[in-house]
Amino acid sequence: MAVTVKSPSQQRSPLDVARIRADFPILSRTVNGKTVVYLDNAATSQKPRQVIDAMSAVFEEYNANIHRGVYEFSETTTAAFEGARAKVAKFIGAKDDREVIFVRNATEGVNLVAYTWGRDNIKTGDRIISTVLEHHSDFVPWQQLAKDVGAQIVMIDVDEDGRLRRDQLSAELKKGAKLLAITHTSNGLGTVNPIKEIVAEAHAAGATVLVDAAQAVPHTPVDVADLDCDFLVFSGHKMLAPPGSGAVWARMALLERMRPFLFGGDMISRVTVEKTEWNELPWKFEAGTSSYADAIGLGAAVDYLEAVGVAKIHEHELSLVAYLLPRLTEVSGVTIYGPKTLDDRVGVVSFNIEGIHPHDVATIFDREGVCVRAGHHCNQLLMTRLGVAATTRASFYLYNTTDECDALLGAIDKAKKVFKV
Amino acid sequence: MDDMYRDYILDHYKNPRNQGELAGATNTYADSNPLCGDELTMALRIEDERVADVRFTGKGCAISQASASILTEEIKGKTLDEIKAIDRDHILENLGIPISPARIKCALLSLKTLKGAAWGLPAWPGEDEAKARSAG
Repeated sequence: MAVTVKSPSQQRSPLDVARIRADFPILSRTVNGKTVVYLDNAATSQKPRQVIDAMSAVFEEYNANIHRGVYEFSETTTAAFEGARAKVAKFIGAKDDREVIFVRNATEGVNLVAYTWGRDNIKTGDRIISTVLEHHSDFVPWQQLAKDVGAQIVMIDVDEDGRLRRDQLSAELKKGAKLLAITHTSNGLGTVNPIKEIVAEAHAAGATVLVDAAQAVPHTPVDVADLDCDFLVFSGHKMLAPPGSGAVWARMALLERMRPFLFGGDMISRVTVEKTEWNELPWKFEAGTSSYADAIGLGAAVDYLEAVGVAKIHEHELSLVAYLLPRLTEVSGVTIYGPKTLDDRVGVVSFNIEGIHPHDVATIFDREGVCVRAGHHCNQLLMTRLGVAATTRASFYLYNTTDECDALLGAIDKAKKVFKV
Repeated sequence: MDDMYRDYILDHYKNPRNQGELAGATNTYADSNPLCGDELTMALRIEDERVADVRFTGKGCAISQASASILTEEIKGKTLDEIKAIDRDHILENLGIPISPARIKCALLSLKTLKGAAWGLPAWPGEDEAKARSAG
């Protein structure tokens, strides 16, 4: 298998990884007597001391419900919560903080759009374009909406290297579509789609575009103004923030026309028996007490990522891919899925070892302290396309090292020895 | 770990007993663990309330396939009542290895398919709701 990688000198990490690792308490823990090698970052990331401290501070120093109390604690919590929104907005290039709606995760974000914009705009006979790279979170909500309203789901395939079939996408866009719901970066293969070009093409064809950026925002610079998409969703927990944090971004004009998703407290401005008037943006979409401590944690995570530099993080991850791919390719019996070059990809490496089921692989890896994901990665459409039930997936982040790649390779050797393959 | 993948487990995985199609099967039940992709179909030929013959087909991890292989060896000739009495602890005892919580479903898929076949079920009771809940 041909693997094109730049020479190691061209792929040196720009990060001071030792210093970064010192910020993550969990990375010095041991598993089965070995220092943990955490390579499951596409599932969720570990949290730096700065994020943990920011969240502890909420409860130790100023906790009170947001947007309600007229006393100092509530005002401090509200300021921290709205401050986190401003940080997130700036981080993704939003023109206005009010374009950022806090949700629990990307899945909730897609559902928010599907239940509001989707139900008002997608009608019987309309076409929704999806791709086999989609995480279930960006497929099932559209599949169910299509069932309910009698719309049609059109699937776009990938080529043998896991790259989106742009020719198919162009052909399907030409036939017309109401929505293109597409992932920026594949969680299963690490493929990065040329979203900016795709958005321009989809808009020219009259389609609205939702971008699932759950694997993109943590790993590569993402700028909504540059991408020019209509909706963008992501989760906080994959980007050093706690689970329960995440956001939907959409243009003000679009959000203003949309009806609320959930009804209840905080999302109203005036309630009478006869009718209710909605709160202003973004709170129209944030019913009930928000997970404000999680959102504040997300704000701290954004501070951390900006201090390190997301572009550098991306470069660092590619340096690890450049280290791992050629070595992994040389291991007999290993099949690598997805892009075999460093172009347009992130630090996700999916593979299988002949004769060993991924779950057995992951169990043996665990004994070596190596945490990887084994399964379908909420990517059953992709697994079906690849003709496998599951893969083993290693996924990197800013704190991973080439030593950890060696630990992974060592664990593969160990698995092969145990299974005598 | 090395405890988990003992030689006899790997032997049953690589050289499964009673694997294949069963001609004249009277009771067949198929199931899967969607999370990991383990698949098993258990086929029984029941004669006079006894398992006259059994075969299984499937693919998946070593634990799920070895568990099925070991179980099929045990049940030949047993009565339906005896089969219905086999429980989870029995299966884990048969395997004789420490099974981590995340792998219990792999170990027990054989039991589930055997029970489904023995009771003559078309699907597991409440299956659709359970599948809908676990769809991730």
